[in-house]
Amino acid sequence: MQAFEKLMMLDRRWIFLLLIVVCVFTYVFDFSIPILTEPETEAIYNFVDSLPPGDIVFIAIDYDPNNMAELHPMTYAVVEHCWRKELKIIFTSLSQNGPGMVDQALRDLSDSLAQDRTYNGVEFKGREIVRGVDYTFLGYKPYYAIVILGMGQNFRLPFSNDYYGTPLDSIPMMQGVFNYDQCAGVIDLSGGNITDAWISYGQGRFGFPLFLGLTGVMTAQYYPYLGSGQVKGIMGGLLGAAQYEELADNPGRAKDGMRIQLSAHLVIILFIVMGNIGFFASKRRLSKEGGA
Amino acid sequence: MKRQAPFALVFIFGIFMVIQFFVPHETSENAYEFLLDWIIIIGIFALALGIWSLFKVSTEKIKNRKEASEYSYITLIGLFVMMAFGFTQRTGESWGLYFIWILLCCACIVALMTMRASVDQGKKRMWAIGALVTLVGAIVVAIFDDAWQFYFTDPQGFENTMFRAFFDYVMMPILATMFALLAFFIASAAYRAFRARNVMASLLLLAALLVMSRFNPYLPFAEYVAKASNWLMNVPNLAAQRAIVVGIGLGIVGTALKVILGIERGYMGKG
Repeated sequence: MQAFEKLMMLDRRWIFLLLIVVCVFTYVFDFSIPILTEPETEAIYNFVDSLPPGDIVFIAIDYDPNNMAELHPMTYAVVEHCWRKELKIIFTSLSQNGPGMVDQALRDLSDSLAQDRTYNGVEFKGREIVRGVDYTFLGYKPYYAIVILGMGQNFRLPFSNDYYGTPLDSIPMMQGVFNYDQCAGVIDLSGGNITDAWISYGQGRFGFPLFLGLTGVMTAQYYPYLGSGQVKGIMGGLLGAAQYEELADNPGRAKDGMRIQLSAHLVIILFIVMGNIGFFASKRRLSKEGGA
Repeated sequence: MKRQAPFALVFIFGIFMVIQFFVPHETSENAYEFLLDWIIIIGIFALALGIWSLFKVSTEKIKNRKEASEYSYITLIGLFVMMAFGFTQRTGESWGLYFIWILLCCACIVALMTMRASVDQGKKRMWAIGALVTLVGAIVVAIFDDAWQFYFTDPQGFENTMFRAFFDYVMMPILATMFALLAFFIASAAYRAFRARNVMASLLLLAALLVMSRFNPYLPFAEYVAKASNWLMNVPNLAAQRAIVVGIGLGIVGTALKVILGIERGYMGKG
């Protein structure tokens, strides 16, 4: 077999091996890469950054652990930004394993918020995050479309109690908060088609500003809604999360993961180029042989 | 009547939901809220049905000695153990006989499954006795051990260390690993599929390379690559996706009308 044919027919295990070696190597050696931000992510950052303290942001954590590599860093970056700005958050999770994701993020972020930090030259004092004052976690209910519609009438319809069993009426931050009208906007971090329901049944019916955080493969699918104005901003995949961290001056898991993703993409590009070199070289050889 | 009643119900409620969407009157909203509650109640019944179905399918696999049927035990033990963790919590510092109770529950599930899967009547009886003994043991431990208790109405179980540990250290890594494997298959598929065989394939290849390189700050014209990629997403991609979305939307309206008018009857089981 010619060398070019070998290039085309490379055993996939070599690809797997090189990819894992590159990923491990870039994970072990710590270096940071500059992040270029995009208007889609800037829209979300600017929305959160422009809100006055005390405003309520609704964050839907609609993903399971299989999407955590891309979406968990978004949760950490957005929620920390909100809390540093002293905004209040209503969380829901309309994905079965989502409550575990919220629970973990709340535990980690409560610890992080206790520290003094400086972001974009502004000093933020550490403070205790109090359940019922800084946030309310409504929990999970099946049939997400119905729950989204129900919350549009009143949060108490699908969720009479929060995730921890406290009636919504006895939660301080929920006094006078009935539905999306009292929220400045909704940020849906999703790894599945729950996003469609947020657009059709949520934004379409109740008209709130909707922002999306999606996995990389989903992002392209939701650009029409960005163009039509139904969605105000999109964070796409780990890159979107890293862009948010960059804008918030809060480097975390996403920026850390970007160097690994960048290296992995370079390996994929390398293999694509190799495959094409092999393809054209063998095509040329075949046409020469045919000509002779 | 048996067939006409469901069609009538679908027609009435389908038309009602369509009209209700455009009527912001209080009565209409109340009726709508009432229906939403019903859907959630029906959904919870479906959950119970799902658990029963999983139990049935798993025991059938063991009964027919299908390949890798031993995993069915793990599936059901995982299901019931997580449920047990979610409904229990310790009352003080010590766990008491909690882990013995969990073991007895697991033994009971295994005995029940094996009993259901057994063909021989003698063995069936033996496993039934085993299931009964372990069940009684679990009940006795639950009654007399004060170190922990059940919480069916309040969510104390979510605070259970075991529940959290199993989610954080078992569930999360398993699901994350499954998804991470995709990276390897995507790399392999990209290597084989992205060949510039003709003009269309070349365009696809070029678009893929641009989008993949959009966040590479080390490229000589990184800013222009990012802009080109952004244009790709916002113009050609948007146009194509919009056409697909509008097509799907019209398809959904068509299918919904067919269901409401009784033309599409697939949901009845036999068309």
